[in-house]
Amino acid sequence: MIERYENVIIDIVCSVMVPLIQLFALYVVVHGHYGPGGGFQGGVLFAVSIILLRLCLGKEASHKKFPPKLAAALAASGMLVYMLTGLAPMAAGGAFLDYGHLPIPGVSGAELRFLGITIVEWSIAFSVCGTMVLLFDVLAEGMR
Amino acid sequence: MRWLAVPVMALFLALMLYATTGLPLRGEPQAPANAHVSPYYIEKTIEETGTPNIVTSVLADYRGYDTLGETTVILAAGLACLLILRRGKGL
Repeated sequence: MIERYENVIIDIVCSVMVPLIQLFALYVVVHGHYGPGGGFQGGVLFAVSIILLRLCLGKEASHKKFPPKLAAALAASGMLVYMLTGLAPMAAGGAFLDYGHLPIPGVSGAELRFLGITIVEWSIAFSVCGTMVLLFDVLAEGMR
Repeated sequence: MRWLAVPVMALFLALMLYATTGLPLRGEPQAPANAHVSPYYIEKTIEETGTPNIVTSVLADYRGYDTLGETTVILAAGLACLLILRRGKGL
């Protein structure tokens, strides 16, 4: 398993890089509507920041900050939200993943579809982020 | 039998290279891929989805079913790794 390597350079570089990467990950997800970006890329970026934490803090401290069970739960719940976003319009009388029929009061038409894309992008981001951290944890735990 | 692999690969390569001459040019407006649904996406994406980035509106809205499958594949890969490598030991 990955262990903490005592070095002031690594500590300082990671403490500066991790928040920046996380902020950039959020920007990439949110900016998906207007430019390059979206759920997949933003999710992977966020997962990279967690993996960097794992590498520089070691197992105990980083598992306290972001438990492996949270990664699995995040991956599964992201997928669940995506599925529900697909099924909700069916319940409201539309087709599968037809965001125009999402049962959200107050918005309609293009705005509703915009909202549907936002929900889906976030759920993709959660799912991808959780899966990447899960993969890293499983592979790192396997190296004994 | 191993010497047979090289001429077979060369033949396959020649066939593939010949086939590429039949492909439309990149960005050709009359190509079948650009003639059916692409103009619809380009014209209607702002009006229907309010999203300036056509890639996002195609990825998450018009072809949302495809993206659902992609996300499922990633989740399934992660879960398969978990199940194979951790075999009942939990996280």
